Amino acid sequence: MEGSAAIIKCLKENNVDTVFGYPGGMILPLFDALGRDESIKFILSTHEQSAAHAADGYARASGLPGVCIATSGPGATNLVTGIATAFMDSVPMIIITGQVDSDLLGKDSFQETDIFGITMPITKYSFRLRKADELVVVLRKAFELANAGRKGPVLVDIPKNLFFCDVPYPKYNLQKRETDRPDADFLICAAEAQKKILQSHKPIIIAGGGVIFGQASDELRKFAEKYNLPVVVTLMGIGSFPADHELYMGFAGLHGRKSANCAVAEADLVIAIGSRFGDRQTGNITEYVNDKHFIHIDIDPAEIDKNVHSSIGLAGDIKIILALLMQQKAVDDLAKWWNRLNELRKEDDFEYTGAYDVPNVMHHISQTINRGDYAVVTDVGQHQMWAAQHIERFKPRTWFTSGGLGTMGFGLPAAVGIQIYYKHDRRVIHIAGDGGIKMTGSEYYTIAALNLPIISVIINNESLGMIRQLQKVFYGTRYFSSEFKYRMNYAEYVNSFGIDTYDVHSMDEFVEALSNAISENRPKAIIVNIDKEFVEPMTKMDCGINTFIKF
Amino acid sequence: MKYQIAILAENKPGVLTHVSGLISRRAFNIETINAGYTEDADVTRINIVVDANDETELNKVIHQMAKLIDVIKIVNISELASINRELVMVKVKVTSSAIRADIVNIASIFRAHIVDVGHENVVIELTGEQDKLAALIDMLNCYEILEIARTGPIALSRGIIPVKNM
Repeated sequence: MEGSAAIIKCLKENNVDTVFGYPGGMILPLFDALGRDESIKFILSTHEQSAAHAADGYARASGLPGVCIATSGPGATNLVTGIATAFMDSVPMIIITGQVDSDLLGKDSFQETDIFGITMPITKYSFRLRKADELVVVLRKAFELANAGRKGPVLVDIPKNLFFCDVPYPKYNLQKRETDRPDADFLICAAEAQKKILQSHKPIIIAGGGVIFGQASDELRKFAEKYNLPVVVTLMGIGSFPADHELYMGFAGLHGRKSANCAVAEADLVIAIGSRFGDRQTGNITEYVNDKHFIHIDIDPAEIDKNVHSSIGLAGDIKIILALLMQQKAVDDLAKWWNRLNELRKEDDFEYTGAYDVPNVMHHISQTINRGDYAVVTDVGQHQMWAAQHIERFKPRTWFTSGGLGTMGFGLPAAVGIQIYYKHDRRVIHIAGDGGIKMTGSEYYTIAALNLPIISVIINNESLGMIRQLQKVFYGTRYFSSEFKYRMNYAEYVNSFGIDTYDVHSMDEFVEALSNAISENRPKAIIVNIDKEFVEPMTKMDCGINTFIKF
Repeated sequence: MKYQIAILAENKPGVLTHVSGLISRRAFNIETINAGYTEDADVTRINIVVDANDETELNKVIHQMAKLIDVIKIVNISELASINRELVMVKVKVTSSAIRADIVNIASIFRAHIVDVGHENVVIELTGEQDKLAALIDMLNCYEILEIARTGPIALSRGIIPVKNM
């Protein structure tokens, strides 16, 4: 079988029905094969970075590896930001890059780059294919790796001549890998963890993105309910626990809710589930650890003890571990702790005045989409934090954001991938700042071309708000490179792609625009022209997470 | 604190880059690194000496390395009873027969070998633990050392159990 045809067959074998990418000389044989095949949908982006983000979005929404293809040289290097974004957030992806012909390798040939070497630290694994007969085996292995354990991106670099080679297609022995049974040591640790939970007076759960990728939301809810434990979520964990649940304390972190951060700071036992104690979550690690005890549950053993010394580390499948931890009888003597938590909540109640500012805009979006089938996709910056604070999410895979890498420009292309996966079942609300739109705004072309019913909300404060905020706090209010003095018309920009736009200057106009946008099932963009503000709360990262900067 | 680590890895292109890249990315200092074939043709043994603050720091990097797909086994040899050896070759300038005699003497005291002699130089080879190597180099420093090449230490645990079965 011809190499390129074997790749298509192998993709199908792994249930791939959508591929994202951008063509170029060295990957053209695969494009040719894709073009002749009708069962795999190909999504053409406007830039390789966007193709990677779209495949990433598709993977976040589906839980299956997103597939993305690009050519050698500039095509491959353009993917790098997208691959790193997926790697930091543990998103499964298969990246296939074309490479110059085998006999031209190492000669600085046209469009030759060592993408294998470049992506080594930002992939779970990179393959450099040398022999045609390894093609199918390697591709299968790539899918296996991307999906196993802590998920992540895997790159396969294929020299162009191998696409034309006659390759063997060995039979696929799908081996269902049995989940490892917990051994005796593990059971002892689990028993100890349960004891800790029952003994603690001020326990709290931090739920991270691992709960969503581990499909353990139900178990998390049952576990929290059983022991009556308060739950905060990380930026990546939003949606892992229903926002209207009485045990929910909200989003914690650098810009998290005050009450959530204070609760974590005051707790005597932190149960971190699928969270890696990122520095945006913990702030100063010494302050954070203080006299606390920790139970750290994560699929990746290397995360245990990496940032915080856990008293007890449980590495493995979160679903199984949580089930293990629910075997004890609960003793509910947390009344005092809950009194304190409710006190914190009351102090922190945000009053939505309906004024024309971003928190109120986000609140209105939240109220409007509420329990309907919508997915929220954000870019990176101030709007992202406001969205995390004020938009309530109830189900996993309804909140998408670039957490670990904080990639500006992620939102729009990711929204493409997510909307393609959700088809007409779940509409995507994309929220971005004006800065991010100028990075990957070309994807409006893809959205318009495919008539994807994404509602794009651009928070236009004519500045890089988060940079401006950092300059305000840490650089003596010396704003530099963060305010856009030269104005552009975002409504006309998006409109030029053939997308309906609403140029909004007040709350009333926004309310009307959103309701109009929702009423019609096609691409829409709302430009929210708004004053420059600062995101509050903002914790003092060098002090505790319960100390806040005053603006 | 320095630790001797033995890594068994699949004998594939790029595996050494993977390992060394990861260590430097996690901000650890590699003192020495070497790699070679083993009793199994598919397996490379990488011997590394890393400088880490303490055992906890070291375990972090071991955990990260264990995640590398090509890595089969990692063992901290420093915590085992083990034999540790390094090979060094030193080229010393010799300007008179008196100096040559001196150097031959020093070499024999250290049980080192003279492996090459020229009109104006000798090359001495010595295998041993690091302090022995240091002592020899210290002595030869009284003369003019032209160049030094060393392999970096390798280590094997004592007893019948090989690292791969630990």
